[in-house]
Amino acid sequence: MALSQQVKKTIDAIRSQFPTEQALLIPLLHEIQNEQGWVSLESMRAAGEFLNLPLSKVREVTSFYTMFKLAPQGKVDLQFCVNISCWLNGAEKLVACAEKKLGIKCGETSADGKFTLSEVECLASCGTAPVLQINQDYYENLTAPQLYQLIEQAEKDLAANKPVGKSTQQPGVWP
Amino acid sequence: MNHDLVLTKHIHERDCDTLDFYLNKDQGYKALEKALKLKPAEIIDEVKKSNLRGRGGAGFPTGMKWSFMPANPLDAKGNVKPKYLVCNADEGEPGTFKDRLIMTKTPHKMIEGMIIAGHAIGSNKGFIYIRGEFFKETRIVQKAIDEAMAKGYLGKNILGSGFDFELVIYKGAGAYICGEETALLNSLEGKRGEPRLKPPFPAMVGAYSMPSCVNNVETFAAVPYIMLEGSEKYAKMGTERSGGTRLFCISGQIEKPGVYELPMTMSLREMIDHAGGVRGGKKLKAVIPGGASAPMLSADEIDVKMDFDSLAKAGTMAGSGGIIVIDETVSIVEATYTLLKFYEHESCGQCSQCREGSHWLARMFKRILDGGGTNDDLDYIAKICGNMAGQTICAFADAVTGPALSSVKKFRHEFEELIRNGGLHKTSHQEVNKQTIEGAHV
Ligand SMILES: Cc1cc2nc3c(=O)[nH]c(=O)nc-3n(C[C@H](O)[C@H](O)[C@H](O)COP(=O)(O)O)c2cc1C
Ligand code: SF4
Ligand code: FES
Repeated sequence: MALSQQVKKTIDAIRSQFPTEQALLIPLLHEIQNEQGWVSLESMRAAGEFLNLPLSKVREVTSFYTMFKLAPQGKVDLQFCVNISCWLNGAEKLVACAEKKLGIKCGETSADGKFTLSEVECLASCGTAPVLQINQDYYENLTAPQLYQLIEQAEKDLAANKPVGKSTQQPGVWP
Repeated sequence: MNHDLVLTKHIHERDCDTLDFYLNKDQGYKALEKALKLKPAEIIDEVKKSNLRGRGGAGFPTGMKWSFMPANPLDAKGNVKPKYLVCNADEGEPGTFKDRLIMTKTPHKMIEGMIIAGHAIGSNKGFIYIRGEFFKETRIVQKAIDEAMAKGYLGKNILGSGFDFELVIYKGAGAYICGEETALLNSLEGKRGEPRLKPPFPAMVGAYSMPSCVNNVETFAAVPYIMLEGSEKYAKMGTERSGGTRLFCISGQIEKPGVYELPMTMSLREMIDHAGGVRGGKKLKAVIPGGASAPMLSADEIDVKMDFDSLAKAGTMAGSGGIIVIDETVSIVEATYTLLKFYEHESCGQCSQCREGSHWLARMFKRILDGGGTNDDLDYIAKICGNMAGQTICAFADAVTGPALSSVKKFRHEFEELIRNGGLHKTSHQEVNKQTIEGAHV
């Protein structure tokens, strides 16, 4: 997919801050990921053209970082930290709850394209374990009832066409 | 306790992240005013005398690191090269969550520390490399940068001193290894986050091939206090070779998990007690004292002081200040396996010892858990680790061996038991699972 004007504008605005064009690649991939929900091969090609980089360079970078998804994801990505402190605080049980509730396994996306379940590494929130990141937002000290509530709320928000898990991008909520 | 709170005095107050708060209640940017009147060498001297050591993991003396920066680097054509200051905000070491606290609660301290450091090393540009998952933290830090810019603490001719300094945020994208400083530099250049062979060190060839200095968030945040209150006072709060207080992140099976600002003269036992002790009155089994990469200590080894040197002498490390408490009910083999899975996933793959070794270790631990282990495995684990530590481009491989070796060494009987009994029978654990699920009426 070609790059949107918005994405190009954002990158052009920060261009002067960096000594090289390649430095803009990760910020650009973030913009694409945020807009499209994943980074397709076509997007990579467009990114390469925009920054004057060979496709192979764009691919090797995109594939290195776990936040850049190489395939479409569910609209709501439930990312459970399963590292040591969260594990010691029952993260496995929460994952099991989510799997049962959504009828999918970790790493899978629901057939209706709404939910993806993932296990991720330490989110630097171990003091408030267990932690779940929904798209971009953290939920700390999570319990099973809260998890169910979050899933139900996400269903409602999706139905109402509201953004899910992107509170930092909402005007008024964040500086 | 007889120490100042250098970093966390105000973190429970409302709006503590704003510039207004920082200026009115926390002597905000007073240290900068003072520092701008000093010569760079005087600042570096003050930081050296404070005995501040890097809070990112390696504990390198900060003043010394700053003094390695060349004074007037020239390129081949005789032009002056820019120097870059880099803040490592990629916090990803399991068990560590202090940089995130600083960024959300007192971002201006980190920013002020960076401006002072910029002046000290003669840099006009700083990058803050924030891990990609920190969307909220990024917003807060960006807002703080904008506030500081508007008030003239950042930008051209800061406070009329003639010194220019700007700060730019760069977001990571989910790779633990980018916390390693040379991997971070590659990532900052828009490349794969693969560590670089050293030398050359970043002070010579760093970001965009220019001389660069990388420090951790907490390291920078300690600088304003040192400038204001004096290096002597800061040094006195710590040990002979490591000044100041430190943020300790206590998590795991502990009554009151959280970030505690404590002097490094305290012992691990005192810190655990300070955080309310092991949760539910259970018995302690093991503690990881400095983030996942630090070799674990058994319950009878916790009378060690929490400074860099004492922990090194005890065969482990102070690392990132992440204390992970593990109680008697946990299988050490399983706990270590969760860490090894993490390392297997996060190895950048450049060095075969690390790429294959982390994979083999994770697989062997799993095999032992599943009942397929043999006593020979325990010797193999030691052998694999021996081929990893100190043999690779970066210290990641050493980090992997920390939990792997220490668990086998200190809890060998647990491994042998699993090997004898055909693996870990998780009946009790699974019962709990079922209960939680049913109790919540799925
Ligand atoms: C595998 C690995 C991961 C690291 N992760 C981090 C990190 O997340 N944050 C950090 O500040 N330092 C991290 N470090 C340490 C950095 O390489 C570097 O020593 C540090 O940022 C220097 O800052 P300091 O001198 O202020 O401690 C890591 C090191 C290694 C080997
Ligand atoms: S030791 Fe591991 S993480 Fe470090 S450079 Fe080698 S392969 Fe990469
Ligand atoms: S272990 Fe889950 S946030 Fe650190």
